Amino acid sequence: MSDKKDTKRDDLDYETTGHSWDGIEEYNKPLPRWWLMVFYATIIWGVGYTIAYPAWPGVRSATAGLLGWSTRGAVAEEISAQEAKLAPINEQLASVELTSIAGDPELNGYAQNAGAAVFRTWCAQCHGSGAAGAKGYPNLLDDDWLWGGSIEDIHTTITHGIRNEDDPDARYSEMPAFGRDGLLEREQIAAVSNFVMTLSGEEPQDPALVEEGATVFADNCAACHAEDGTGDRFQGAPNLTDAIWLYGGDYATIHETVTNARFGVMPNWNTRLSEAEIRAVATYVHGLGGGEASE
Amino acid sequence: MSILDKHGILEKNVTLLALFAFLVVTIGGLVQIVPLFYLENTIEDVEGMRPYTPLELAGRDIYIREGCYVCHSQMIRPMRDEVERYGHYSLAAESQYDHPFQWGSKRTGPDLARVGGRYSDEWHVDHLTNPQSVVPESVMPKYGFLSAKLIDGEHMEDLLATHRMVGVPYTDEMVENASADFRVQSNPDLDYDGLLERYGEKVSVRNFDGEPGISEMDALVAYLQMLGTLVDFSTFTPDASR
Repeated sequence: MSDKKDTKRDDLDYETTGHSWDGIEEYNKPLPRWWLMVFYATIIWGVGYTIAYPAWPGVRSATAGLLGWSTRGAVAEEISAQEAKLAPINEQLASVELTSIAGDPELNGYAQNAGAAVFRTWCAQCHGSGAAGAKGYPNLLDDDWLWGGSIEDIHTTITHGIRNEDDPDARYSEMPAFGRDGLLEREQIAAVSNFVMTLSGEEPQDPALVEEGATVFADNCAACHAEDGTGDRFQGAPNLTDAIWLYGGDYATIHETVTNARFGVMPNWNTRLSEAEIRAVATYVHGLGGGEASE
Repeated sequence: MSILDKHGILEKNVTLLALFAFLVVTIGGLVQIVPLFYLENTIEDVEGMRPYTPLELAGRDIYIREGCYVCHSQMIRPMRDEVERYGHYSLAAESQYDHPFQWGSKRTGPDLARVGGRYSDEWHVDHLTNPQSVVPESVMPKYGFLSAKLIDGEHMEDLLATHRMVGVPYTDEMVENASADFRVQSNPDLDYDGLLERYGEKVSVRNFDGEPGISEMDALVAYLQMLGTLVDFSTFTPDASR
């Protein structure tokens, strides 16, 4: 530090702070006026902001702000604005005949796109993002339908679900656990498993048992799966002749299915999705490739 | 020398500067934090909230132990895209019995605040055992080992008592019956009337993983299936001004 008291240099108009390090001096230059003005303006703006929006804590509650804005109010407003925008087409979608949606290009385009969004949000976790399903969760791309593949059938399945406890109208059927509950002997299960493999043209594990298996099938399975094994959609009994398997068509898996039965559950969506959303996703699923014409 | 020029004193004395900086931060902190503890419009009374049952609490401990919160949040923000994907935005009161809360800060996986009831128990078991079997594009690790580890519920009383210490309103009766309540929730063949009496009729009693015995899988699925289901938004409308 220098001991120089004179803070004004003769060769310059600027004042210095009086500090000097190794001959380097520091100007004492004020902040630019425009900068200061902006700084003061932000302070005033800040005070105004806390008056306009919720801010100051009081004894019992905080000030609500003159503009009446709230996070919850804002999101509710945004959602209702979007709903209002889509209300006409959603109302149309929810009220027309299900079979007529595909024939209306505008409605069909909307339903396909909205349905795809619903599918990716709610359905993809079980049926796969490409709708190809997984073990125990049906593939929606093929022509095999457990409960029917017309737009009405798909709509009913999505609305009420399958074997859930929350909707009394859910599609319901229960395959007996033939082995676990002792309805069939171990030998009979082995026989019928071999027979079921032949239904879809597979090589049975033990051809000698097929004939006995056919008898067991006729006595125990044909009531639901039909005599020829083509299944019954009224009971959700799968077609066993088409080589499309929900759990697997190898001997061990069929044996396990007959022994313990299967009880696949699908939730009802009428409590989570609107009628328009259900119809949209039904249209989307129907259009994936396996959709059947209505009777 | 006006008061505005006095800052020179602070700038030249580092101890004094530290002291005043601390003072300013303290005031700022108090003004922001303290009102949250007493203001009526930050503490919302919400219908349906109850403390976790012992089995759910055990599941929650597994959730924390396995670090689920690292990839999954439990906080649906009040924004349209989140509400449309995950359901009603989360309320502060829905985390009131969480010590610590599981809001999380990163979503490698989806938000789980309202995952309860969205999938079947079987799906949860399949998915936890091998996530890629149902969601091929998933990067979630496999948690099949949870099925193999049985829990005896021996320390349930202590666990509930500890949560009571930090503010969860477990009654004496709940704490005393913790082990019993823990055992019956995943076994509908036992007498579970006491459990429903203490925690409400909506408590789910079933064999969550479909296997005999209470495994960590049972506890975790019980916890997941309860998440976000306690408040019934068909009858409860949150105050819009909060």
